[in-house]
Amino acid sequence: MTTAALAAPPAGPAVGRVLDAWSAQRRARRTATAGYGAVCLAALLVAAWASDVRPATLAAGIPRIGEYFWLILPTLRWEALFAGPKVEGSLAFWMYRLDAWAWLMFETSQMAALATLMGAAAAFVLCFPASRNLMQGAPVTFSVVRRFLELFRTVPDLVYALILVWAFGVGPLAGILAIALHTTGALGKLFAEVVENADLRPLDGVRASGGSWLHGVRFAIVPQVLPNFLSYALLRFEINLRGASVIGFVGAGGIGQELYTVISFNYYEEVSAIVLLIILAVSAIDLVSERIRHRIIAGARP
Amino acid sequence: MTPGLSAIDASAVAAARARVPAAFGAPPGRQARTAILWLAFLAWLGALLWWFDVSPVRIWNGIGGVLTILRLMVPPSPGEHLDDILKGLGESVAMAFLGTVMAALVAVPLGFLGARNVATNALFRFSLRRVFDGFRGVDQLIWALAYVRAVGLGPLAGVLAIFTADIAVLAKLYAEAIENAEKRQTEAVEAAGARRVLVMRFGLLPQVLPVMLAQALYFFESNTRSAAILGIVGAGGIGLQIAERIRIRAWDEVAFIIILILLMVAAIDLLSARIRHRLIGARPAP
Repeated sequence: MTTAALAAPPAGPAVGRVLDAWSAQRRARRTATAGYGAVCLAALLVAAWASDVRPATLAAGIPRIGEYFWLILPTLRWEALFAGPKVEGSLAFWMYRLDAWAWLMFETSQMAALATLMGAAAAFVLCFPASRNLMQGAPVTFSVVRRFLELFRTVPDLVYALILVWAFGVGPLAGILAIALHTTGALGKLFAEVVENADLRPLDGVRASGGSWLHGVRFAIVPQVLPNFLSYALLRFEINLRGASVIGFVGAGGIGQELYTVISFNYYEEVSAIVLLIILAVSAIDLVSERIRHRIIAGARP
Repeated sequence: MTPGLSAIDASAVAAARARVPAAFGAPPGRQARTAILWLAFLAWLGALLWWFDVSPVRIWNGIGGVLTILRLMVPPSPGEHLDDILKGLGESVAMAFLGTVMAALVAVPLGFLGARNVATNALFRFSLRRVFDGFRGVDQLIWALAYVRAVGLGPLAGVLAIFTADIAVLAKLYAEAIENAEKRQTEAVEAAGARRVLVMRFGLLPQVLPVMLAQALYFFESNTRSAAILGIVGAGGIGLQIAERIRIRAWDEVAFIIILILLMVAAIDLLSARIRHRLIGARPAP
């Protein structure tokens, strides 16, 4: 019976109504899609006009991109690959300043580590007053701290670095403080969200047995949230390592300063050497930190 | 009644501590380990502070400098070149928009190629993913500086930098979205006798398109933030204005530009959150 119905659908008025409704709906959807598409296209054209992307500039620029990136790539010759640093085309010739660059990369990683530590410490202090569930009695303090964290977070670390280079002089200290300021804002928000998701019953217990607000935070909240804090701080360290590798562009220390010089003076092959070093360092740290984070989170679950 | 419930006073605690010291603290081995870890941490911290020349005097002088700058920032003033500032702001948004759209368009096919349920060649997929990872390690600012050398100063370098830096990350996210898509829908289209391309068009694309758009919007938001600083290395946008004002120490104008950037970022966030809600409902994007 069903097969017969499928083979020859009855062409009654009901089917016609459904068909009409369906095609009307489809027409409406197509019109809407076309409308949104037109808006998007118009926005794209305006954006292209505003950012000077025109057929002429593109035609002039794109061949130069290929040319430039070709120049940056090292000229390695297979037969001389492992020859000494004097032989052109060998790995040692390409990485001829590896010792200095590796040291700069190490400095960069230590800048990122110190900045993450400082930022995480400041965020740790600020996140409890920025948690809604702990600050029921003091909404003013809560919103003031929240706004402060927002301000720290929204200004990019490079802008902080530009300003701090004037105050602290050229060098790693300005970069560290700039990254630490931005980290305070970013981690403070994440930490506060963790605290807001914490179980409040232990806190009630501590308060009921006569503990102060600080006791409650110390003995009821911190043990719950610490693994998540650590995990977020490590994640931030990964981000900050990327940030620290470019903060030297404005004179705030690390390998960025060297990279800026090398790019500005068109020492082509050295650009790729340093960038490769940065990629290797960043992925190595990512790998290690991911392992540790998984272990922390796994250990936190009883 | 029971002696245990009557007063436990300080002297009883002290007596107990003297009798079973192990019950009142970590075992000595763990205590020693904790102490060594703390010592190593403090030594590392001290070495870093010495290396980076962080002395109280320097911090004090620096804070004095920051306070002077903050005092000079009030009241913020647009200076004499408000039109340049507004133009830079618009340029930043335009760069972010154009770069994100281009990156998203290129990332869609790359995402399909990198997804496990679409690309069947494991070696190809693996190497493609490693290339994505490598690209991800290079900061947007490095791309910007390189593009400035390649195509010259101006917003084109910034657009290209955003485009290049985002392709890899978006492609990876898109590949994950495609892998997470519901299999039953594609199987249904396949069972109806559709070709492979049609299976993707009607089985896969309707599922992943809203997610992809939402991700692209997230990237647009974050790119408006980064497009604000690309100008510092000469890649167009408001960053150029801010770097110039800082160079001539016009701190009140710097403050004005920073406030404008904050407002712009907040406005874009609001707009993009609205569009995202319409696209994927109230559910937060993954």
